[in-house]
Amino acid sequence: MTMTHSYHDSSLPGVLFDRTSWTPLLELSTREVFDIMLCTRLQPVEHPVGPSEAQFTALVGLAGNICGVLSIRCSEEAARVMASKMLGMPPDEVDNDSLDALGEIANMIAGNFKGKLSGVGNHCMLSVPTIIVGTDYETRSLSGGNTIETTFDFERKPLWVTLELHD
Amino acid sequence: MSQIKAMIVDDSSVMRKIVERSLRQAGLDLSPVLEAGNGAEALGLLDGNTVDLILSDINMPVMDGLEFVRQVQTVDKLRHIPVVMITTEGSESNVVQALSLGAKGYIRKPFTPDQVKEHVLSVLGL
Repeated sequence: MTMTHSYHDSSLPGVLFDRTSWTPLLELSTREVFDIMLCTRLQPVEHPVGPSEAQFTALVGLAGNICGVLSIRCSEEAARVMASKMLGMPPDEVDNDSLDALGEIANMIAGNFKGKLSGVGNHCMLSVPTIIVGTDYETRSLSGGNTIETTFDFERKPLWVTLELHD
Repeated sequence: MSQIKAMIVDDSSVMRKIVERSLRQAGLDLSPVLEAGNGAEALGLLDGNTVDLILSDINMPVMDGLEFVRQVQTVDKLRHIPVVMITTEGSESNVVQALSLGAKGYIRKPFTPDQVKEHVLSVLGL
């Protein structure tokens, strides 16, 4: 499957991409969501590998004076544990809530991140989350841009959080 | 106050469960909670049910939370119900717009149960 996306709105003032400051903000935004909603402290991954084992992907679009897509990718088991922690129930009692929980986590990370960027919050909207199950897909941006990718250890399972921004 | 009848409007079933749990952790004596996946569904449920409190997301398909609040305010028998927004859309302009449309409170996701408790008890005057 191939997905294409373009959310550019030229009527809004652009925000200058700054990898040096935005990367820690994305990491902080992710950590806060896990701290508050899952009572879990994410650990950094020193030597990250690619998301080959990520069966679940949640995507949230950003449109306005920053435009792009935030994605969070993880294994099915990781998503199940996330849902169980959010709901306060054993992992084996979680059913279809895994996908819903992953989408909400992506939504909260995106909202938390844009809220931390000065001057962005009022001029950037979020899409409702999209969930992809499986690994046989690729995404292609319609315009060039920048990508920030961070990897965490969640309960000894990898978690990839990526922000793809358009020019 | 007798049992509180609450409605939770969110397109995420997980989030509806978390909000309900937060209400119970706040010590509220809740009757069975009404749930809706978007504003239009919520308006339909309110046609045949009375509630004391509504907690609503903003970013939802079909009818978003801001339009839902606006429509609640146009119905005489509904406009007295306090609506608290719970959303990731926490920008200042969203807060101002929601409050100007009639919302009585605003909680940003991610949230703690204590934040839900504080806002809900405040709007209910408890």
